[in-house]
Amino acid sequence: MFIIKNKKIFIGVSIVLVLLSVISLSVFGLKVGIDFKGGAITEVAYDVDRPAQEEVNAAFSGLDFGSVLIQPTGEKGFIVKSRDVNDVEHGVLLNTLTLGGRFPLKEVNFNSIGPSIGAELTKKAIVAITLVSLAIVLFIAYAFRKVSRPVASWKYGVIAIVTLLHDVLIPVGLFVIMSHYFGAELDTLFVVAVLTILGLSVSDTIVIFDRIRENLRNLAQSKTIDFKEVVGQSLEQSFVRSIATSLTVILVLFALFFFGPSTTKYFALMLIAGMFFGTYSSIFLASPLLVTLQEWQDSKKK
Amino acid sequence: MKTWKKISLALLVLILAAIVGLFVYKSEYKANPNFGKESAFFQNHQFRLGLDLSGGSHLVYKADISGIDPSQVGDSMNALRDVIERRVNLFGVSEPVVQVEGGSFISGNEQKLIVDLPGVTDVERAIQMIGQTPLLEFKTEAPAGAAQNATVGPDGKVNIDISSQFVQTELTGRYLEKATLEFDQNTREPRVSLQFDETGTKLFGEITKANVGKMVAIYLDGSPISTPVVRQEILDGQAVISGNFTPTEAKQLVGRLNSGALPVPINLLSKQTIGATLGESATKAGVKATVIGFLFIALFLIVWYRLPGFIAVISLSIFVAIMLALFKLIPVTLTAAGLAGFIISMGVAVDANVLIFERVKEELRLGRSIADAVSAGFSRAWFSIRDSNTSNIITALILFWFGTSLIKGFALTLGMGVLVSMFSAITITRIFLSVCTLMKENKFTRFLFSSGISK
Repeated sequence: MFIIKNKKIFIGVSIVLVLLSVISLSVFGLKVGIDFKGGAITEVAYDVDRPAQEEVNAAFSGLDFGSVLIQPTGEKGFIVKSRDVNDVEHGVLLNTLTLGGRFPLKEVNFNSIGPSIGAELTKKAIVAITLVSLAIVLFIAYAFRKVSRPVASWKYGVIAIVTLLHDVLIPVGLFVIMSHYFGAELDTLFVVAVLTILGLSVSDTIVIFDRIRENLRNLAQSKTIDFKEVVGQSLEQSFVRSIATSLTVILVLFALFFFGPSTTKYFALMLIAGMFFGTYSSIFLASPLLVTLQEWQDSKKK
Repeated sequence: MKTWKKISLALLVLILAAIVGLFVYKSEYKANPNFGKESAFFQNHQFRLGLDLSGGSHLVYKADISGIDPSQVGDSMNALRDVIERRVNLFGVSEPVVQVEGGSFISGNEQKLIVDLPGVTDVERAIQMIGQTPLLEFKTEAPAGAAQNATVGPDGKVNIDISSQFVQTELTGRYLEKATLEFDQNTREPRVSLQFDETGTKLFGEITKANVGKMVAIYLDGSPISTPVVRQEILDGQAVISGNFTPTEAKQLVGRLNSGALPVPINLLSKQTIGATLGESATKAGVKATVIGFLFIALFLIVWYRLPGFIAVISLSIFVAIMLALFKLIPVTLTAAGLAGFIISMGVAVDANVLIFERVKEELRLGRSIADAVSAGFSRAWFSIRDSNTSNIITALILFWFGTSLIKGFALTLGMGVLVSMFSAITITRIFLSVCTLMKENKFTRFLFSSGISK
């Protein structure tokens, strides 16, 4: 009952975090990677030692590679970001990096994406996010179709969506900050992370809503139902399992973040944030919101 | 169920799991020191690593289908894939993947061709070999008196431009049915034997008939490689090119001729190369993360859920063995994202166990016997398990559809993981737990079946 009594504080924390995410999103903006806007990334490692960055910058200044961004990587490598390049230009680019053959190098990684592929992926991403959200809403509506007293089943759905938005917005805000300070870019994996958070966080919310549903069903015969009481009791019964199920996923995500491949590090971090706030929201946001909604509904009747 | 039945069922599951595990171990050359001696079945079922783990090149081409009848697009794209596949096979890449990505309502009617070349890091050479179309032409002597282009070289010699000596005929490599490599019986020199198709045979017959005693020039990619003199009319549609080939050149030429011309013109849209060392370190990191993730979960389960937790760890091990075996058998191309999906699915896999064990604990608190609590726990937790897994399956399905190959890998491993875990975490755990409920009920066993900080 502690949670329901202090629901204003918990709902407030969520509102503040979501606001912070929205603000950082609008201030910093999302840095879109080449997956979506097209362009090329070339990563090289020099055989002996890498040349001074100014020298490389100077070598590129006369060439038409768009706005070239050169970052040092590892002990003797560079990552070069440029517009997308064809075969000939790719050769020129590599040759420029050797500074006319003075600094022999090996190409570690190269990725060039034409703008049309990027545009298509953007469309696909938007459609996928819309579809997943829609499918999940429909699923919730279906799962709760039989619960209607004292709160209508579609309201569970609405609250599930509000929590979903909360669970996605906070990791996105976190990503924006990471992208601002550590150079993470919005890529395909970011979209996958968002979609996976949608799936995982809703399953967490459902576990608790399921419990409320079950307890309400057991009380179906009694005339008066203290909704607040039922929700509080259901929360008490299920918060341990809710935390435990999230914990197992968060544990593996930590393993992925600390020991996994570098390509999936930001992905893992976003999911950790998503799981953490997803659990927080299903315990401290979804159910308190449900009670608030019911109280508001009652006060209107009177 | 009778006691002996419960025990023998549990034993059967253990034996089956051991067989699955043995298969995974035997078919992995890095784990199995005797891999070289294993039968072909095991050797053919290694993990298939994606480009980001094995290193290699990933090319995306756009097919220009503007000149093709809409009803023929599918066939043409398949023909294109076959030709590219044959060309790719020529440079001896292990397990290249050539696939057609058709239009969808998002991308419009665009047809794409995706070529994955594991192990090929010289992307320029690969692109060149894929794009190369061998152009085979047959030309006949120009009629006497035709204008000849001659130039006087700096050394005073007169060079007659050979191209003006010959005129184009209709016969080209298009009418080739197949080319084969053979060796001249006398000189042992390699040569290329050509067999024309029906139209080609007719054309070749006409050309040889009209040019008995004259030269016929065979041009490859615009330059003459052989100019034999026709002795008689040839009606069987067979010709031999004996340039001064080395055996390798002749072999490559045969391969290129057989792979044929591209039925659809293609343009390179994007390309990606991943260095072998980068791929290797990503693989190592992925394996490490999987192992550590597994240990984290195992530790948590045993500390928090005691005996049932230990059984959940056994189920999770069986889950891992089944998943790895499926990756090999289907086969699933593993990428960094795919490994991430697999790692996450381990976490999701034990969710069902957590839901069940929490229920069992509750039922125990209500004063039920261990056996009753376990069976009630399973039946009551089922709805939550089903509902929470459904949302994950929905996400996986949509992601799979969304898929670029990297994302498909994630969706596939996660989706498979959720489905397999429904089996492992529920059925297998239940079989083992039912054996454990045979123990005598006392304070100690009740402690074993409780969880967390409760006594």
